[in-house]
Amino acid sequence: MEVLKIATAGSVDDGKSTLIGRLLYDTKSLTTDKLEAIEKTSKQKGYDYLDFSLATDGLVAEREQGITIDVAHIYFSTATKSYIIADTPGHVEYTRNMVTGASTSQAAIILIDARKGVIEQTNRHFFINNLLRVKEVVVAINKMDLVDFSEEKYNAIKADFEQLMSKRDYHEQKITFIPVSALKGDNVVNASENTPWYKGETVLEHLEGLDMAAISNVGTPRFPVQYVVRPKTDDFHDFRGFAGKVYGGELSVGDEVVALPSQTRSKIKDIYFYDKKYKTAARRSSVTITLEDEINVSRGDMLVKADDLPKIEKQFKATISWMDSQQLTAGSKYLVQHGVNKVLAKVETIHHKINPDYSGIDTGATALGMNDIAQVSFKLNKPIFYDAFKDHRTNGSFILIDTQSNSTVGAGFIN
Amino acid sequence: MKDTSHSNSLENEAIYIFREVAAQFEKPVLLFSGGKDSITLVRLAQKAFWPAKIPFPLLHIDTGHNFPETIAFRDGLVKELGLELIVRNVQDSIDAGKVKEESGKYSSRNALQTTTLLDAIEEFKFDACIGGARRDEEKARAKERIFSVRDDFGQWNERNQRPELFDMLNGQIELGQNVRVFPISNWTELDVWSYIEKEEMEIPSIYFAHKRKVFLRDGLIWSHSDYVFQEDDEEVLERMVRFRTVGDMSCTAAVFSEAADIEAVVEEIRDATISERGARIDDKRSEAAMEKRKQQGYF
Repeated sequence: MEVLKIATAGSVDDGKSTLIGRLLYDTKSLTTDKLEAIEKTSKQKGYDYLDFSLATDGLVAEREQGITIDVAHIYFSTATKSYIIADTPGHVEYTRNMVTGASTSQAAIILIDARKGVIEQTNRHFFINNLLRVKEVVVAINKMDLVDFSEEKYNAIKADFEQLMSKRDYHEQKITFIPVSALKGDNVVNASENTPWYKGETVLEHLEGLDMAAISNVGTPRFPVQYVVRPKTDDFHDFRGFAGKVYGGELSVGDEVVALPSQTRSKIKDIYFYDKKYKTAARRSSVTITLEDEINVSRGDMLVKADDLPKIEKQFKATISWMDSQQLTAGSKYLVQHGVNKVLAKVETIHHKINPDYSGIDTGATALGMNDIAQVSFKLNKPIFYDAFKDHRTNGSFILIDTQSNSTVGAGFIN
Repeated sequence: MKDTSHSNSLENEAIYIFREVAAQFEKPVLLFSGGKDSITLVRLAQKAFWPAKIPFPLLHIDTGHNFPETIAFRDGLVKELGLELIVRNVQDSIDAGKVKEESGKYSSRNALQTTTLLDAIEEFKFDACIGGARRDEEKARAKERIFSVRDDFGQWNERNQRPELFDMLNGQIELGQNVRVFPISNWTELDVWSYIEKEEMEIPSIYFAHKRKVFLRDGLIWSHSDYVFQEDDEEVLERMVRFRTVGDMSCTAAVFSEAADIEAVVEEIRDATISERGARIDDKRSEAAMEKRKQQGYF
């Protein structure tokens, strides 16, 4: 079955958790015991409706404060697709969680409170999903029940959002507007009778109709070597297999490949998935590849097609999303993890900060704080083999690791 | 030779995670309970490293209150695949005075496992412990990372977790810390059962409908056993049951079922109206039962 990963974005009280709860409830994905727990707690809190956020807010602190702190993953399936929803918190200070959620998603749902319309937070949510090149975005204009299901209100918010769209970098992103009431169930799974003026799909209908092949990011094939398989048994005495996941495209037996960084040429001899041989390794499949020639390849190296090399550089410029309370400053050193490859990097220049609400750039910045987004140049101690993020979502992204705390402190998208 | 390697994205993701563990850590171990999730892990690990053997041992934290069927199955699997199995016993932790046996009607050794596990991690200096927890199981687990860092006390700090972006897994740790790794984080219960069916995997017989001596308490079906406290007025019944989840006997309730083979089980799960952990006595203790156990180092 196809798996579709979806990130949600919305401000506090826009009704994100309620929307997810509604999706679960109307697709009959909530089991009796979970539903009973929600009914019980809703009653205890004195609500006359079911508080679906209780289905998703998993930590004690979240339930106490009635807010979502950390990304939660919620699962449900229909006859055609399996869905994984990353429920990301809406607070300004948790931008990093939104970037994280969007990085693994092919689709996003941005919520807008119909009473408030497009607010500064909406700009951020859109900015981040556009920066991360999430291909499909649903703009769910929620709480329509509280504005009498007004078509004018809906159209006004849509027009405001379209203003925002004119500022985006990634123009191929597809955007779909849907008027909903997550609390009452309008246009989430079932079409609403309260919006006769809306002829489009419900949220679920739209997700169900997405063509998975069309929304995946396809580029050129890249094969970062994760692990070298050397069984050294009698049956497989000379077996040297390169284990990894194929990104961007397919690789086939007989393909002429180049191993990086050594730039040695060879041909693909066999492609294994477990103990079976295949002619072609599909995009995103975890295979083991053997080569015709005995060449030196180890973890962190990359196999690519001989006629389609990535950039091989010791420096690059990237858009950074900073995620740590310790500031990033020029001159400081970090580990860059690019796929499965780790190299030491030094911050050369902070060019400018980018305001994620589309209000412009700040050229005077000398340090980056938590949730800042900026253009930064790096110098590396060893070359990496990369593509621009706009051409290759996997081979154009990296994370920054603090060498003292070992924490993941930032994410980057190479220009 | 077949045409194109197939594209079960959950399986590809799990294999990728296993390879990251083998490459990034010095002493990984696979936490093996004999339950369906850990059996699935073993199959995925086989696929990740074939034709080489799985490059790390299995660790079973034995409460001493296991279903005998699970232990027999465990030993058979280890022998068949030529794996290394390490067993550490909760009974030894009790004898050493490190933990105290719970008493009373709801007593269980489930929570005591944490101490034995943390001791084993220290004894063998394991830096990565691979477990079969899934995010769909329980709401605190829904917040769990794929590489989840634990401090020197084995504790989970849920408020300060590393962000995980794209496919990149950051396994950098300090000496004394360890990482809990969850390769099937994104699988649902149905995904696991469908996989067991597709792969034609063997699993312990208690997952299939069988006649068993049970008693009813708090709406749950408890096993009648020496390990489970039973009131005099709790009547022993013989019923057709099976287990959806397998912990030790004192914390796992059965469900009434006629599903005697894998096809029937997959059908039953597809139509289930009760969640998997609805039959976990250990989760019923409080709304935050799992979160509390995880903070203390439970897997």
